[in-house]
Amino acid sequence: MQISVTINGKQETGEVEPRTLLVEFIRYQLGLTGTHVGCDTSQCGACTIHMNGRSVKACTMLAVQADGQNVATIEGVAEPDGTLHPMQEAFRDNHGLQCGFCTPGMIMSALAMVDRHNGEALDEQTIREELEGNLCRCTGYHGIVKAIAAGSKAMQGGA
Amino acid sequence: MYAFEYRKAASTEDAESGFTAADDASFLAGGMTILPTLKQRLAQPSDLIDLSGIESLSGISVEGGTVTIGAMTCHADVAASADVQSAIPALAALANLIGDPQVRNRGTIGGSIANNDPAADYPGAVVGLNATVHTTKREIAADDFFIGLFETALDEGELITKVVFPVPEKAAYRKFPNPASRYAIVGAFVAKTSDGIRVAITGAGPTVFRVTEMEADLSESFSADAIKDIAIPQDDLNSDLHASAEYRAHLIGVMASRAVGDCS
Repeated sequence: MQISVTINGKQETGEVEPRTLLVEFIRYQLGLTGTHVGCDTSQCGACTIHMNGRSVKACTMLAVQADGQNVATIEGVAEPDGTLHPMQEAFRDNHGLQCGFCTPGMIMSALAMVDRHNGEALDEQTIREELEGNLCRCTGYHGIVKAIAAGSKAMQGGA
Repeated sequence: MYAFEYRKAASTEDAESGFTAADDASFLAGGMTILPTLKQRLAQPSDLIDLSGIESLSGISVEGGTVTIGAMTCHADVAASADVQSAIPALAALANLIGDPQVRNRGTIGGSIANNDPAADYPGAVVGLNATVHTTKREIAADDFFIGLFETALDEGELITKVVFPVPEKAAYRKFPNPASRYAIVGAFVAKTSDGIRVAITGAGPTVFRVTEMEADLSESFSADAIKDIAIPQDDLNSDLHASAEYRAHLIGVMASRAVGDCS
């Protein structure tokens, strides 16, 4: 089946089987390998992307379900010149990653979290509760939680 | 995944005729259960009929003492709805406890109750609030809808269109979640309604059930104390590596008491 998806603002078309997962389309056909596959069972959140502004797990969606929709992946977060988004910068500043495998999903979840709270700075409890769908096996989460708090605060500045 | 045909339905009629025309079709709502099932090759439908394009199946409305939720409304929308939060706060709170934010952005109320996973949250609210399930063919009372393990009163190809919840005087939901996956090991939905007290338990048995003994005692005296001595038989309860039947029986009392406390 032919599908057409807007990814990071760019119209992409591709030929997929009905059973092709969205994450497979993104990684293998479009070559956007920032979206990771961790558990492949909708637990870990490494494959988190945004569809129509909402965080979803791309390993648990069919590519055909994204036909005609607006998708954002980690590759679309930084500025085109490579300047990091304030949330990405906050992960770097706050030791929000060790191996980095979960990081793209963490950042996409963090951005959706800020959006759900209308752009407000997030407190620790909110972050810990709403980070439920993302697993990290290195950091113990403290750095990630600090990073998201700092990132949400930095986003206040309109940066 | 085994191969299948995919079609996106434009209307409920289109979905039903597509279902009938196919060898062995399944409906695709949010996909939060069926896609993992297909990935593990535990099912092999010939066709998946995607319901996401049917606009009439989504949305929330509150009127005349009822909250109506379209079958394709996702959990996040129910949780975030100011209308649901004000009419039946326990229902919005329950929706916010399902899975995680990403799952709540995809999973739907219709998909959840049609699947009738024993550990699902929504069956607790549907039975606890005495809701009515509307389908393309008929209206089904909550007490008649959930039949058994992954089994409902739905006929082959029958599609849920919406669920209508009467607004209770008070209601609360308490669940003991699996620590990793957040599904209900035991969930208790308690409601004070114009037709009396209802206590619905999900997670503990093969399907949601009411505890009539608790309902009777709570009608006499609506307090956690009134039900503290009720022993729940373990015979028909689920028992697995996460919780024995004995533990689940105990949790029913604890979760129901806490829900009663939340209602007071």
